[in-house]
Order: sequence, then structure tokens, then C-alpha cells
Amino acid sequence: MTAPLLRVENLTKHFPIHGGMLRRVTGAVRAVDGVSFDIGAGETLALVGESGCGKTTTGRTILRLVEPTAGSITFDGTDIRALRGESLRRMRRRMQIVFQDPYGSLNPRMTVGAAIREGLIVHRIAEGAEADARVARLLDEVGLRAEVASRYPHEFSGGQRQRIGIARALAVEPAFIVCDEPVSALDVSVQAQVVNLLRDLQRQRGLSYLFIAHDLAVVAHMADRLAVMYLGRIVELAPRRALFASPLMPYTQALLSAVPVPDPGAKRGRLLLQGEPPSPANPPSGCVFHPRCPHPAKDAACSRIVPPLEEKAPGHWVACIKQPPTTVSDAVQRDAGATRSPERYLPLFSHHNHPAP
Amino acid sequence: MTSTSLDSHASTSQPGAPLLSVESLGVSFPSAGGTSRAVDGVSFTIASGETVCLVGESGCGKSMTALSLLRLVPPPGRIDVGSRIEFGGQSLLSLADEPLRSIRGRRMAMIFQEPMTALNPVLTVGDQVAEVVRVHTKATRAAAWERAVTMLGGVGIADPAARAKQYPHELSGGMRQRVMIAMALVLEPELVIADEPTTALDVTIQAQILELLRELRDRTGMALLLITHDLGVVAEMASRVIVMYAGRVVEEAPVQSLFSRATHPYTEGLLAAIPRLGSEQERLRTIVGSVPPATALPSGCKFRDRCPYAFDRCAVEEPALLQIGPAHRARCHLVEEPERRVSSPDRSA
Repeated sequence: MTAPLLRVENLTKHFPIHGGMLRRVTGAVRAVDGVSFDIGAGETLALVGESGCGKTTTGRTILRLVEPTAGSITFDGTDIRALRGESLRRMRRRMQIVFQDPYGSLNPRMTVGAAIREGLIVHRIAEGAEADARVARLLDEVGLRAEVASRYPHEFSGGQRQRIGIARALAVEPAFIVCDEPVSALDVSVQAQVVNLLRDLQRQRGLSYLFIAHDLAVVAHMADRLAVMYLGRIVELAPRRALFASPLMPYTQALLSAVPVPDPGAKRGRLLLQGEPPSPANPPSGCVFHPRCPHPAKDAACSRIVPPLEEKAPGHWVACIKQPPTTVSDAVQRDAGATRSPERYLPLFSHHNHPAP
Repeated sequence: MTSTSLDSHASTSQPGAPLLSVESLGVSFPSAGGTSRAVDGVSFTIASGETVCLVGESGCGKSMTALSLLRLVPPPGRIDVGSRIEFGGQSLLSLADEPLRSIRGRRMAMIFQEPMTALNPVLTVGDQVAEVVRVHTKATRAAAWERAVTMLGGVGIADPAARAKQYPHELSGGMRQRVMIAMALVLEPELVIADEPTTALDVTIQAQILELLRELRDRTGMALLLITHDLGVVAEMASRVIVMYAGRVVEEAPVQSLFSRATHPYTEGLLAAIPRLGSEQERLRTIVGSVPPATALPSGCKFRDRCPYAFDRCAVEEPALLQIGPAHRARCHLVEEPERRVSSPDRSA
């Protein structure tokens, strides 16, 4: 196998908490806590999870819009964390981001054409008439008429603004784009247009995406693989079909079962979680999900052993010591206070609503 | 969850009459070129114990319709002359302020989307629930507080006596939404209007809140008007669905019938455009274009610019809501001319 386009290893971002009269550091919000994954050329990896799970921080850390606390980021063989000044700027040309709120990310006093041109000029890709021609081509590529170049962001609807944001990201010809909730603010009918556009552009240009989203149904249409985050960690990482058909981490199971199904005749079973995620400033010991976990074999070991993200089936990585097979042996679990042996737990996901893996 | 005594209340309306009846509701806002109509000729009814979902995309008039029911349309918007809203046999639009206040909050209550802005940041959540009780009943301060604590327990808040003494900022989004629901339900209203009550919440918390609403509805027999853009939520909650587009009702049907026999091309398009879990189809169907602003609606059918089946009649004549089946109606000429349901090549997505 060839080297992946992007490799993230043990990525960590802790935000300090200041307290007391001297504003000393009294703790840390562990927003991202030892996250590792690869993305291949032309691949879409989706990062899913609920508010505060660290998915947005992960995306920004990769682009160094937020400086990581620890870990390594390798893009096309280059160590991103070692780059400074001009070399970092050159690398940014190849890694772009599309934000959730296209209105907040476009300068209201800059015409759409100028916003898209900016990247061309900064990175010395084109200027003058050549730049104008490129802007027109980009607008056409995202489904807008070339004339809109002279208009301002407020004159556009949310879906059109998202198209402009995509055109701006594409202007510098990136190989990789972080899509941070790109369709969450859009109405259903427009959301579908933008999802299709992102897919078409990926195919035409061979782009890689890190697609950050909380809407699992949208992700089902975009992703080749999914990584599920909970309290700053990846708890499950699998190819799309395996993840939807047989999610092994009980948190993923609850997350999938919570999605309302747009079919009034559907039989729904639901794994209703109790309570809410704890604060990332004070995560639970052991498995961060253990206080809310419904796994029948949950025991004291879950609160003492940090579960490694281990490959339970080809390409299917899960952080759970109670879901067999596991490299954390019975003896080790017993030493940590285990009273139960690991057992396969797959509620709700055996019925025919879901495609077989 | 601790149990509370939320008994079914006797409906004050005459037997057979709907609890709420809305007729030819219009809401207008002044605009540069005259007035723009955010809601135009909306009529529907809700019976006791029924859950009706009002569905549509941003700007379709669903929230404005809900606010009209409580006479809370924000100025300079106005409810048009000729609109009629009857609740339990009383005309709400001709009611004086005092009797209106006694209905609002007591017999009819609203749950808003963003509990942080709807809650008072300087009052404890217990005080806010107790205040609803004290404004509308003769309860003593102590009795009102006790009822508030019981209600907070009833909406699934653990350790309600302690939580009642906390301020909104000390609670999570899901907890705050539970407080909003407690405020709305503490006086056991006959009708609860919930405007996107779970849109700002994470999906696992949304599942908890929807479960809570279902349970309270079944226990108290309240009617629920649920405003949402999420057709998954509709499928789970609704007995009947009203689809709005450009300020108008474009389709109305029992939930099963809407999902199995969507007739208006807009409803059909929406259902086709929603991404589904476990679906292997990779390309989503789309509706071309976007919702036109209320100031620039096309002539005739307001959806025709985006409709894959539009034909000449659609430009000159706005269709009426036409009957398709029992309780199923759609505002589309295709009901009368079904042979026209053929996609024109440039519009099919």
C-alpha cells in the first residue's frame, strides 16, 4: 500500500484552564486526546460525534489554525508541525477548509470575485486577466454564473454562499480539504445540492476530504470511512458499510439508533443513553464512555483500563475491552477488577433495516 | 424518572369540535414595495390529544404561524384582517389582553428552539417554573415551588430539588430544554406548541427529549403542534402533517399517507432529498434552485419555478388545496391532471 496523503498520529490538544488570583494553570480541557488516523488520496474520512467531542478542534489542528499540544501530522511526506513562515504558507495552498457558516467566513465588503481571486494572488498562481478567467471557471465549476463575481456575499442565499466558500477553497488547487459541517446550516433541498457538488468535485479533482459532521445520514452519503469521537478520542473507526451495519462500540450503537428514521412504518429500537457526556475538563477514568455504557459485560475494569483502539475485524477499529476479540487479556482485566468476560454485544443492528456488511 | 401527577384534563370545547381551528390566517410585514405576506391563507385544525407536525424549510412561514396562535407575531408584522383562530370555542384574535394572558401559559403553552434565550438568566430555574404557577393560579409561594420541583422531576431532571436552585447557565443545553418543557407543561395545558424543540440539541439528547414529549403527551392527553424541518422527527412523532411552502399549506395528510403517497412535488422532492442511514444510493436527489423570498414569489403556483412537472396552467392559476383521499389534500394542479406528472428534462434532478 502506498503512503497515505495525510497521517495523523497521537494528535493532542489541551486548552489550559486558568484559575485563582494569579491566573495560574489549574487544569486542562482535553479537547483532543491522542487521535490517530490516515486519509488516502481521493478518500473521504468522516469525523462524527456530538458537540464538544473534539471533531472541529481536530480539523483545525491539522491545518495548524490551532497549534497542537502534541502528536504528529504528516502531509504528503512532510511534517506539518515543523513548518514555519513561507514553507507553512506553501503547504496551506494544498490544504484548505470549508466552514459551516459561509456568511461568517466571507468578508462582507469584498466582492465574491475578489474573495476567490485573493488566494490566486497570495499564492502567485495567476493575476490580471488570467486570474479573472480562473475565477469564472471556478464559479462555473460550483454551479454559479460568472456574472456573480461582481456581487457581495449578502446578496446570496445560504446554499449559494456555501458554493462560493467551496470555490474559494478550490482556487488554490488543494489536494485536501477539511469540510467542517459544510451543510449543517442549509435546508434539506439545498443541502442535497451541496453534498452532490462536493462529491462531483472530489471525483473530478481527486480530492481528499476530512468531512466533519454531526449528521450521520449526510455522512452516510459522503464518507468512505468514519471515525467516531467521544470526549476527545476516537472510539471507533471503520469503513462506512461496516460501521452502519455492525457498530461495535456501544456509544456508536446509541448514536446511530438515536437518528430519527424518515419512515413512519419503520420498526425502531432505540438505545436511549442516560444523562449527557461529561466535561472534557474532567473526563472519566478508564474508558471515557463507561459511566453511560449499556454493555452487559461492563464492570470495574472499564473504569480502570484505557481501552486501546484495536482492530476487531479487517479495517474495523474499536476502543472497547468488552467487545471481543481484545488484546487486553482476561488476566489483565481480572487484575483490574473485572468480574465479567468480554461478550459480543450488538443490539438493534441484526435486523434487515441495515445492509449486511 | 420520578412520576408526577399529570392527569388528563377535561377539554372545555364542545364534543366533536376541534380544540384549535385556524382559518385563512395571514401574516404581513411591511416591505419596500408594499407588504410581504409571510403567511397566506393558512387553515388547519388540531383535535385534543393529536400531534400535528408543521413542516417546511426556512422562511416557509411555519414559525410565524405558530407565533400567531399565541398572538406573538413580532412587530412590524401583523395578523391580517379576516384571519380566524378559535381555541376551545373562543376567538383568540378578538380577545382582550387579560383573558388572552390567562389562556396563554395556562391552556396553551409554547416551547422555543433556543432555551438559553427564552429563559431568564438571573432567575433560578425553579423560580421560573414556580412563577408560571403563581401568575396563573392562587398557589402560595411554597406550594408553587413544590409544584415546580415536582415538575422538574417529571421531565427527567435528576435531583430536582437541588437543580431548581440553579441558574440556566449552570445547566447543559439538554437540561435547559427540559426546564423549558417543565415551564410549558406545569399547568397541564391542552395545547403545547413546540417550535423546533430539539434542533439545537445533539442527536442522543434529541432522542431523550422526543421520548419525554411522547410520554408526557400519552400521559396527559395534551395536543401537540410540533414545528420542525426534520422529516425523521415527523415520522416518529406526528399523527398528521402539514407541509408549508412560501407561506402556504401545500399538502396536508395523515403521517402514513404523507410518506407513502406524497402528492405535491415539493413534498415529493423533500422526501427524496433527505439523506438516509444505511442507504447505498450515493447521489442525493435535489430540488433545483432555492426558496424565493416572500417579496419575489412567482405568479400562479409558488413552487412552479422549482417544480419538475410545471406546465402552462401553473403560471396563470394558483391551485387550491385539492382533496386526494381521506384527510389528504394537496395544492397542486396534478391532482386534477395526473397525466401531467412527467418530468421536463431540464428540471429533473
